[in-house]
Amino acid sequence: MSDATVRTRANDIPVYEFDSLAWTTPKPLAESRVAIVTTAGLRTDTVTLWSQSDEGFTVLPHGTNDLSFAHFSPNFDRSGFNLDINTVLPTDRLDEMAAAGTIGSVAKQHISFMGAQKDHNLATMRLDTGPAAAQLLREDEVDTILLTPV
Amino acid sequence: MYVDFPLGRPLGKPLDPEFQTSVITAAFALLNAPSGPVLVDFPISIEDSSSEMLACAIPPRFDPDLHEAVDEALGLRAAYNRTVEKHGRTSVGRSGTTDDIAGMIEVFIKLAAGTPLDEIEVPGGDHIAVAMDLRSYYEEAALSLSDHVPAARQAESWLYRATKLGELLHQAQANLKDSGAERRDWYYVMPSTHHRGD
Repeated sequence: MSDATVRTRANDIPVYEFDSLAWTTPKPLAESRVAIVTTAGLRTDTVTLWSQSDEGFTVLPHGTNDLSFAHFSPNFDRSGFNLDINTVLPTDRLDEMAAAGTIGSVAKQHISFMGAQKDHNLATMRLDTGPAAAQLLREDEVDTILLTPV
Repeated sequence: MYVDFPLGRPLGKPLDPEFQTSVITAAFALLNAPSGPVLVDFPISIEDSSSEMLACAIPPRFDPDLHEAVDEALGLRAAYNRTVEKHGRTSVGRSGTTDDIAGMIEVFIKLAAGTPLDEIEVPGGDHIAVAMDLRSYYEEAALSLSDHVPAARQAESWLYRATKLGELLHQAQANLKDSGAERRDWYYVMPSTHHRGD
């Protein structure tokens, strides 16, 4: 069995469908402040394991290297993250792009949710924790999000 | 942008800044689309290598008085420490510290011997968290015992197919399942890619 099998199993899971899709014309990238939102289930400690029904999020201060995988699901590779945090949370790449002027700046913090949820409608995430995370990023004047799903 | 990369590696390749930057650049290019929604495939696919185990040394038997899985785990401690020192992080800690690695393994020794879960004193109270800690410990140790960047899932394949702990976890999982334990309590002992017979 491989990732292909895992993906096939996930294909039939019904998901929430929005009535309409938001579309925003973004600022030029070179003027944009960029944050990362991942579903890798990262924590700033090594103690707390994400439970399967926790649709909350963890704030990851930019530049923090000693993060840990606390994702509930065991069904994905972890060695890439162990070797190089940028495999999941590419903060070094964003720093390089900011230094090169490709993006305007990097956010002071990033966000992690956990991608293996019991509620496939993600009601809490859509109505509560998602907007709360977005508000934190707006207060940091973030314009653009890079999503890294795990 | 859809990236056909191994699960757990959304940027595709660890320790490859050029490739990672190309992925981000391609995603950011979508911001120039005049209207949406937009969905494109990244042009490069990468498959996992779960069928190929990481070529990785296993410590020889050292203390015959210890259970072979405990002896093996203690033999990996130096390699684990080197990885943590090199990368500055670890994912071990949900159920205890590495100083109690023997206590973590003892949970699965008892489960593999047929002891009911509710009769076992589990560090931290959750044997699934213990299983995740043990996986992290072994996979992080493996990185210091290998001389190359492993392909996705090779390190876990080494753990679940080549080590004494892996065999112990398989037996414990089988006993839990056969005993009628809740699905959560046996299914998540290890990745489904390594389950036997379900």
